[in-house]
Amino acid sequence: MSPVLVSILGSAIKIAIAVGFSLNLGGLLTWLERRQMAMMQDRIGPHRADIKLGGKKFTFAGLLHPAADAVKFFFKEDFVPPNADKLLHSLAPMLALFPPLVLMGVVPMFDTVCPESLRNNLWHEIPRFGTCAMASTAKQLGPISGQVVDINVGILYVFALAGMGIVGATIAGWSSDNKFSLLGGLRAASQLVSYEVAMGISIVGAMMVYGSLRLDEMARWQGENTWGIWVQPLGFILFLTAAIAETKRTPFDLPEGESEIVAGYLVEYSGFKFAMFYTGEYIEIVISSALVTALYLGGYNIPFLHRDGITLSLGDDILWHKGLPHLVVILLQLGTFLGKVTVLCWAQIFIRWTLPRFRYDQLMKLGWRMLLPACLVNVFLTGIALLAFDRSSPATHDTFQVIGDALNWVVLAGMVFFPLWLVWGMFTPSSFISRRNELRGRRSAAAAAAVATEEASAH
Amino acid sequence: MPQPLVGKIQYDRVKGTPVARPRRTALEQAYVVEVVKGLGVTMRHFFKNTKSMFRGERPDAVKDPLSEGITTLAYPEQKKVYPPRFRGVHRLTLRNDGSPRCVACLCCSTACPAQCIYIEAGEYPDGDNRRGYERYPVKFVIDELRCIFCGYCVEACPCDAIRMDTGRHAVPYDSREQFIYGKAMLMSLESADGKQLAENPRHEPPDPTHPGIDRLKGAH
Repeated sequence: MSPVLVSILGSAIKIAIAVGFSLNLGGLLTWLERRQMAMMQDRIGPHRADIKLGGKKFTFAGLLHPAADAVKFFFKEDFVPPNADKLLHSLAPMLALFPPLVLMGVVPMFDTVCPESLRNNLWHEIPRFGTCAMASTAKQLGPISGQVVDINVGILYVFALAGMGIVGATIAGWSSDNKFSLLGGLRAASQLVSYEVAMGISIVGAMMVYGSLRLDEMARWQGENTWGIWVQPLGFILFLTAAIAETKRTPFDLPEGESEIVAGYLVEYSGFKFAMFYTGEYIEIVISSALVTALYLGGYNIPFLHRDGITLSLGDDILWHKGLPHLVVILLQLGTFLGKVTVLCWAQIFIRWTLPRFRYDQLMKLGWRMLLPACLVNVFLTGIALLAFDRSSPATHDTFQVIGDALNWVVLAGMVFFPLWLVWGMFTPSSFISRRNELRGRRSAAAAAAVATEEASAH
Repeated sequence: MPQPLVGKIQYDRVKGTPVARPRRTALEQAYVVEVVKGLGVTMRHFFKNTKSMFRGERPDAVKDPLSEGITTLAYPEQKKVYPPRFRGVHRLTLRNDGSPRCVACLCCSTACPAQCIYIEAGEYPDGDNRRGYERYPVKFVIDELRCIFCGYCVEACPCDAIRMDTGRHAVPYDSREQFIYGKAMLMSLESADGKQLAENPRHEPPDPTHPGIDRLKGAH
């Protein structure tokens, strides 16, 4: 195959993965959200839509509800208020859906692929360090990066496009010719502007540590050292908070308020235009999860999985090494990334259905008086720590490397044992667990009784 | 000239102890720890309920509606068990030969506070054993929309001819006419356990088992 064809094919596959994943997961999230909140609130959730196949009814655990929703949105009346600005009213949903769809383009989904090495042998292994050979002749295949677009100011592109979400909401609020819409649009605009400031500064600490604005280099740093959440714990919490606020969901769902401004800037939208806003919101969840993953949760990395295979180590001591083919490593990384994003979406739904919403003044207070100073403190502390680290002795560097590897071990243990524990819990009868808990309770009661008798005898 | 009241009213200063405000520690004010605690609560419910759904160990919503976990009732398929003395839609109990036990005495329609029962009494035809002893309802109409389900008609009935033990609640029809139950409709309804007769048997006057005085004994 010619190099041009390979690069076009690579881009097409990457676009298909990025857009297909975010659109499909966004659709699935509507189901997951309802079903999960039902489970959290001791209910069943949607489960009645069914199709008949061969005389039997199949509900697929309620998965047909999103499909039914989509059909409904298609056939509903597309209402435009009589005095509304028709052009802007139609433009707003596009502006709301567009940025989250293209944001996925800069998030690295796997490490750089070297097609040249795979030309002769599909199971070829490549060395851990060193980049792919650039195409020196016209016939050689150049490296394919893990992002759809390889921009060297990736994170700035993210902020630029995230800022466009405001435009969609504001235009929707203004063009609907409705007071509630206008108020909702205003609220959305001021909220998003406030939290974008905090979001932008919360990430500066991470940029200082990783030493790059490129998201793929950030992910690679985390693979070589340790996950960003360990070096930037405060930054992680601040960024996650700001990202949730950017998605306009509870506890930050002030642009909507049934008792105050009805549905905010969505009041006058129905049918497919509403569906575009709705989908955009869910894709925003996927995107914010992807960003948090890439910046703080190791991106596509599993601890100790490098470009050449698995290398278990602690500091400079290599405990075990197993080479893996390049293609297998890439696929593992892709699966890891998509899995992490899905789990983080799940966690975001948890946050959304657990926390009560803020009042509007509390929201602004939290944004400007708490998050922003905390972000600045984070930047300051990170700077001091980096300076101290740069001037410290090589022995200290080695100690930190050992600590980083130890944290990698913790993460690896969590990634292996948490799913195992979940599966074990699912397949163990409840009576077994309840009997174990009962035994534990009896033991602790006995211990408490022993303490009580000791105290009584002491008096 | 009336004195202006302004400035004359003496308001007492509000006396009392101030309400104790909950004291929050710095950890609670930091919000993050409390958020994690709250997530723990919802996660416990989530995993427990997901497991019970996955394993099919959900508590029986009909038999055990107050237990822990998911006790959602899938309504048209599952129904809540009504208490045994629940007053449902009326029915007219039958005799063994299938005719109504009602003797058209108008006790129920007299007792009815909502005045929703209309009875037109008629004599049994010539040759019928019961002619002269009792009458029968030519028409027996209940307006279920007017009915307040107080059960006085059941209390008033001397013949155990009207009962509210069908276990059916008022059905949502789409027109008022459908709520007006006629005699045939009321006679076709069954009790919750599927009976159309009453509990106690009725001994008709010509029967040998009839304990009371009848036409022959009374002809002295």
